[in-house]
Amino acid sequence: MLELTVNGQAHVVEADPEMPLLWVLRDHLGLTGTKYGCGVAACGACTVLVGGEAVRSCTLPAGDVRDAVTTIEGHGNPEALSALQAAWIEHQVAQCGYCQPGQIMQAASLLADNPAPSDEEIDTAMRGNLCRCGTYQRVRTAIRAAAGEMREARL
Amino acid sequence: MSRLGRIARRTFLVGSVAIAGGVAFGIWQARRPVANPLRPADGEVTLNPYVLIDASGVTVIAPRAEMGQGIHSTLAALVAEEMDLDWPAVRVLHGPPARAYFNGALLGPGVPVNAERGVLHDTRQAAADLAPRALGLQITGGSTSLVDAFDKMRRAGAAARETLMAAAAARAGVDIARLRTEGGAVVTPEGLRLRYEDLAQDAAAIEPPRAPRLKPPSEWRLLGRSLPRTDIPSKVTGTAQFAGDVRLPDMLYATVRLSPRLGAAMRSIDMAEALAVPGVERIVEFEDGFGVIARDTWTAMRAADLVRAEWDRAPYPPQTDAIFERIALAFDSRPNSRLRNDGDAAARLTAAPPGRVFEAEYRVPYLAHSTMEPMSATAVLRDNHLEMWAGNQIPIAFRDAAARAIGLSSGDVTLHTTVMGGGFGRRAEVDVAVQAARLAASVPGRPVCMTWTREEDMTHDFYRPGAIARARAVVGPDGPEAVVLRIAAPSVSRQGARRLMGFAPPGPDHMLVEGAHDQPYRIPDFLVSGHIADVAVPVGYWRSVGYSHNGFFHECLMDELAREAGLDPVEMRLRLIDDAPSRGVIEAVADMSGWGADRPSGTGRGFAFTRSFGAPMAQVVELAETGAGLRITRAWAAVDVGLAIDPGNVEAQVISGMIYGLSAAVMGEITFADGMVEQHNFPDYDALRMDNAPEIAVRILETMPELAGIGEPGTPPAMPALANALYDLTGERVRELPLNRRFAFA
Ligand code: FES
Ligand code: FES
Repeated sequence: MLELTVNGQAHVVEADPEMPLLWVLRDHLGLTGTKYGCGVAACGACTVLVGGEAVRSCTLPAGDVRDAVTTIEGHGNPEALSALQAAWIEHQVAQCGYCQPGQIMQAASLLADNPAPSDEEIDTAMRGNLCRCGTYQRVRTAIRAAAGEMREARL
Repeated sequence: MSRLGRIARRTFLVGSVAIAGGVAFGIWQARRPVANPLRPADGEVTLNPYVLIDASGVTVIAPRAEMGQGIHSTLAALVAEEMDLDWPAVRVLHGPPARAYFNGALLGPGVPVNAERGVLHDTRQAAADLAPRALGLQITGGSTSLVDAFDKMRRAGAAARETLMAAAAARAGVDIARLRTEGGAVVTPEGLRLRYEDLAQDAAAIEPPRAPRLKPPSEWRLLGRSLPRTDIPSKVTGTAQFAGDVRLPDMLYATVRLSPRLGAAMRSIDMAEALAVPGVERIVEFEDGFGVIARDTWTAMRAADLVRAEWDRAPYPPQTDAIFERIALAFDSRPNSRLRNDGDAAARLTAAPPGRVFEAEYRVPYLAHSTMEPMSATAVLRDNHLEMWAGNQIPIAFRDAAARAIGLSSGDVTLHTTVMGGGFGRRAEVDVAVQAARLAASVPGRPVCMTWTREEDMTHDFYRPGAIARARAVVGPDGPEAVVLRIAAPSVSRQGARRLMGFAPPGPDHMLVEGAHDQPYRIPDFLVSGHIADVAVPVGYWRSVGYSHNGFFHECLMDELAREAGLDPVEMRLRLIDDAPSRGVIEAVADMSGWGADRPSGTGRGFAFTRSFGAPMAQVVELAETGAGLRITRAWAAVDVGLAIDPGNVEAQVISGMIYGLSAAVMGEITFADGMVEQHNFPDYDALRMDNAPEIAVRILETMPELAGIGEPGTPPAMPALANALYDLTGERVRELPLNRRFAFA
């Protein structure tokens, strides 16, 4: 038995505690926005927030998760876009889109820690998120734009 | 169920021969009508294979698959433009597998855009349409989607608009000439708005015009602009449904393991330990592997690790070196093609004094597609009807392969083509269809969601083949005077044709030499020959196909010959190339990058030019020495696409193609040991990341007389431009990829 809080909702899941969080989210909770890309923490497609920190859910045993989990579905939705999602649309970032939920969750954790990251800090934070469509340039632009929006909103 | 789900279901419930429901028209109607595959439900009306109208508005049916290239939005814009739809209200769905959606551009030349500049559409396109229609080719590939659709879908939109106007004229009792359209409605002179939704039923009964009036470009509101893509909101909120995201009641999850020696049979299998894992439902044997079905994907993947299987020997040389020896052997055989044979290059080289003959050999490795989303599909067999969700580039062949695999007829299979987490040519294969069908058939009534591991994906690709080029040349003061360029590689087109049609057509293999024989260089004595190597490693269509290796061979060679002649590489191109659009992009990229100016110290720059898929593209790549290794700092690209239907998307595709090519050039390499692929996951087959990908500037020119696709042309010149930059920086000529074998990259 696993007890998890995901996107503000408590769940009890009947699954092996060794099962990576990714598969609990996708196959047991039906939250398919979080993607499988490599299973070895090498691509970032599975990135979610646990206790506000970006983690690779493909290598995190669900039984080890103590803090609340936020997935892309909890981060924002089509009716209530987050600042990052809005910037992603504004700057037309996504191509195939498969890496993008992970990119956005990684960026969310970056901006929570560092509201005004330099380009170099963005690069360092995002280098674990592979994009085979090569959208990096627009990802960087969107992060900068969202950071600006969020700083303004806070004023 | 989605609207298209209902449409497709109905289509296939009535059997493989679609019953003509709506009115089909378009350029093909003049010769032989193709059935409209859309089966509207109550409250829905279809005016042609591309237009579906219901109470909530107009849905454009896209005949091509969305794998990241933005084609759904661009295709929808063609229809929306002519119908005067409001862009934010436009919805797009992928059409069902159907002959109506044949890709006419695959086998033919591009669409002349001067049709848009006053000249009527020519008949070459029309003739080219016949062959793929006969073959039922509904293919997304070859950078052809827009070229194929440019006329068809605008005409479909224009014809739909005219029937809607006729319906409005009849209803309002107004002369049609006094009506106009705007925002998804017909507007009367009094300002009365008749919405398309309310006119659709009447319009469907009206014979559509054969030659609807198309808007001249001066009236375009949507085409020629960067539009927001229709698929991005769902992709940034995690709501876009990829094939592996389908969730249905009673679902099971699966993964497959195939012979690690590609194509080798499975000799024995011991599944006892795997079957004992709690949650494992069953294990299905294939000739060359097995699939594990379980209550979740992780259980399936873990159990698959516990299956013990023995595999036959590989049907190809087991080590990379031996494979390349086999490829080199092809040089001794009669060439398959001499598609470029100007003057008498062989004689010129024989006559030249030995010291004056330049010689070089270039090599490129096998490459994986490495799409971000590993292969996946979801399927369920109910009452002898298979329903499947899969990202694929060839819906008809994909559906038929699934049907054959479990003894059904094509009419018993409903295929939903989902968005894809990258295609790059990998999803133009049907292996996944066969597996998903067989897994679903083993547990009738229960949906099975199949996901390959990354390791399976990396080791069971249809690879870009390894290739070798041998060049000999004589150089004069203006550059090359005589060149013999010989290319040896396994044939992608023959293998691909054999898989798709069961036989390989004889004759010259264009793909083997594309990018070498077809470039607009004027070299007096110039021979390009193609030599087909006999290696049974599965090879397939990798973004830009033959251009991906020949662009490298040809443009590294040209860079070397420029240095031999003591000429600037850009200057030499301008002396050898007359074609105006090609000169245009070369001059543009030189200008953008400040080519002639002094390089900052510690940096090098390389230039390359390739005309592929109708688009001439010139690129400059800048490479810098950092303390930690070489870093690609900046890059510039200029391309001529004839007409940029969506400039923002053209830019995105050029950058995407370049990063794909640069990634391969720096670090992409598939090697073999004991018949098995040695790279398993991203740590050993990586790509550029945000911190080492260059900032890329793109300039789009529109002078070409024909429209060009843009999904692939960014890739070929990126690789030689980088290798040439490496020479500029280090003085070392590296003729083999990937470059990180010899140099450390930061
Ligand atoms: S799937 Fe977790 S990092 Fe790749
Ligand atoms: S958008 Fe396709 S992998 Fe990033």
